[in-house]
Amino acid sequence: MSKSFKQNEVIQVHELAKSITMMEVYAPNVVEFAKPGQFVIVINEAKGERIPLTIADFSKENGILTLVFQQVGKSTMALAKRKVGDVIEHINGPLGHASLIQPFGNVLMVAGGVGIAPVFPITRALKEQNHIISIVGAKSKDGLFWVDKMKKVSDELIITTDDGSLGRAGFVTEPLKEILSNQKIDRVIAIGPLIMMKNVSKITKEKNIPLIVSLNSLMVCGMGMCGACRCTVNEKSKFTCFEGPEFDGNEVNFNEVNQRLQMYRKEEKIALDYYLGGSNGR
Amino acid sequence: MAVKKTATPMPEQDPNVRKNNFDEVALGYTPEQAQEEAVRCLNCKTKPCVQGCPVCIDIPAFIMAIKKGDLQGSIDILHEKNCLPLVTGRVCPQEEQCQKFCSLNKIGESVSIGRLERFVADWEMKKNKTSEPKTVHYQRIGKKVAIIGSGPAGLSCAGDLIKWGYDVTVFEAFHKSGGVLIYGIPEFRLPKDIVEVEIQNLKRMGVVFDNNRLIGSGLKINDLMDRGFQAIFIGSGAGLPQFMGIPGENLSGVYSANEYLTRSNLMKSFLFPKYDTPILSAKNVAVIGGGNVALDSARTALRMGADHVYLIYRRSREEMPARQEEIHHAEQEGIDFQLLTNPLAYLGNEQGYVHQMECMRMDLGEPDASGRRRPVPREGSNFILPIDQVIVSVGTTPNPILKLTTPDLKTHHKGEIEVDNKQMTSIPGVFAGGDIVTGAATVITAMGAGRLAADSIHQYLQSCK
Repeated sequence: MSKSFKQNEVIQVHELAKSITMMEVYAPNVVEFAKPGQFVIVINEAKGERIPLTIADFSKENGILTLVFQQVGKSTMALAKRKVGDVIEHINGPLGHASLIQPFGNVLMVAGGVGIAPVFPITRALKEQNHIISIVGAKSKDGLFWVDKMKKVSDELIITTDDGSLGRAGFVTEPLKEILSNQKIDRVIAIGPLIMMKNVSKITKEKNIPLIVSLNSLMVCGMGMCGACRCTVNEKSKFTCFEGPEFDGNEVNFNEVNQRLQMYRKEEKIALDYYLGGSNGR
Repeated sequence: MAVKKTATPMPEQDPNVRKNNFDEVALGYTPEQAQEEAVRCLNCKTKPCVQGCPVCIDIPAFIMAIKKGDLQGSIDILHEKNCLPLVTGRVCPQEEQCQKFCSLNKIGESVSIGRLERFVADWEMKKNKTSEPKTVHYQRIGKKVAIIGSGPAGLSCAGDLIKWGYDVTVFEAFHKSGGVLIYGIPEFRLPKDIVEVEIQNLKRMGVVFDNNRLIGSGLKINDLMDRGFQAIFIGSGAGLPQFMGIPGENLSGVYSANEYLTRSNLMKSFLFPKYDTPILSAKNVAVIGGGNVALDSARTALRMGADHVYLIYRRSREEMPARQEEIHHAEQEGIDFQLLTNPLAYLGNEQGYVHQMECMRMDLGEPDASGRRRPVPREGSNFILPIDQVIVSVGTTPNPILKLTTPDLKTHHKGEIEVDNKQMTSIPGVFAGGDIVTGAATVITAMGAGRLAADSIHQYLQSCK
């Protein structure tokens, strides 16, 4: 590269879709080893928490890591406010298992909302050896992004929005049901809101089709030493960080994952109020 | 003059005050108290205390230096064998090590070696605050050693190797160096500023710290070799928390001790929301286990504002693996010890938060493999305890990530790395020590292993061209 960047320097940041931010950072030590399906832990500033973010893209040539995240609370809102040239306090990764990339046959990718980001590099890697149908959905048109990128790495692309503002009106599960009834699908990979993954699993379970989901459990360490990210898969307790983040979607206890995701709702509100109060000078 | 039979007590914060703050409990000797204690040392020719020290500090010599008022001489003696005296002076179980062998035990209490070590180390820290300590440059020999893990084993290994001229890089997976000293042991037992001082000392000596590096995920052992590290020391600790596998362990509000302590110590949850990482607030907390980590968790929960903290342990007080001093401190602070009690299940409310636990009383039977009497369930003794938080502290095993990506590395069934009597693993040039080899143990035994490994690495690298 012509210009030399500092480790963890923000190279680009902008809003990709409604409350969804894309950030490119210079992180050659992460990118060197990154594979689709893995994640990083980001600490925005010295007093910040450890935020697990899936790797949305990476460029091995220039050491650039692409993160895409939804602004859901204090930490992600503050992260989205970083400017080009800022340096992110800490980035640790890649963490977790990479996606299994091999010839499966017909693979159906289901991506919802911010889940489009992690689905993209997995789809790109699978494309070389598989026939890919992708279903990309969001609540509304303004929540969709990377549709063109997804189109390029899919043999067939279906868009859905809950309100019908783009593509088919309704949830991703509608075209999913149709495709599974009409075609032989060897593997479904679904990443998105928990409720979406749960509903996908109801369908795949019934049809006995392998389903992979990537869980966005709360984490602290991200490397197997704390267990904050525990989930139950096939009746066994697992750590999402080093045993996942991908799991057999037909065996995940989604209700428990959801309960644990809500665990700090009260504290998240306190943190957000404290942050907004502070930045408004109140 | 006859030797005083009792040890000089160390001042402590009042239990009723300290249970509401995170400040250090034990306050350290004054110079007068240190002098009073140092003169009790008989300076035995046979130095029985040294055999109890995993890093072989010349204990009588450092105490004699205190007696003479030569504190610089005293700290120099400590530094010869121990690169973390501020830490070990606080957290070593001296009563089971050096002090156990003290000749004074025959007539009364042993010399308080640990308190004296802390006194001298604190003296040096204060001195360095007022005058910038000199940067030491050791002759470099141009050989690189990688250390995986910046806990006690890794730091002590680094401390020796740097003195012998090696280029030492310490890789740490967390964003701060120090391992268990930073994430595990609470502020009130080991202030984090003190750990930072020790890390800075090592940096000044030339040790390079590379944080946010989880070796095994990303950089792997063979990558390190490819990058010119001629020897590697693995001191990655026993970090994988164990659960009991009973119903309800994944309810909200059930923490592993590692998670609870990491939130509190490393992420500073006790300062939430100034710091981002929260801990659920709780009124009635149950800590499961009887070791030092369980007591650290219980005492942290008290300081986080719990009304009532139960310590639930399935054997009796006699079998508790925790240090006597810590048990005593916990009792003073009002921890409710529910001994001979075992959890059976956790019960949750509609939102999935734990709100009760079912327990059972135990009796002690015949000794088991560990030599301790085996707890046996007492029929019909089940009862429900209303609680709103659980901290599970029933042990840890080695983190499996390194092993998963280093198939040649031989391990025992729980994942402990196999080493020979020189701390070398099944891979030539790769050494290991500390909890990753022994399973969970103490700071000082890990430091001992780190030093032994440093010695072996030195021999190994001298023999290879």
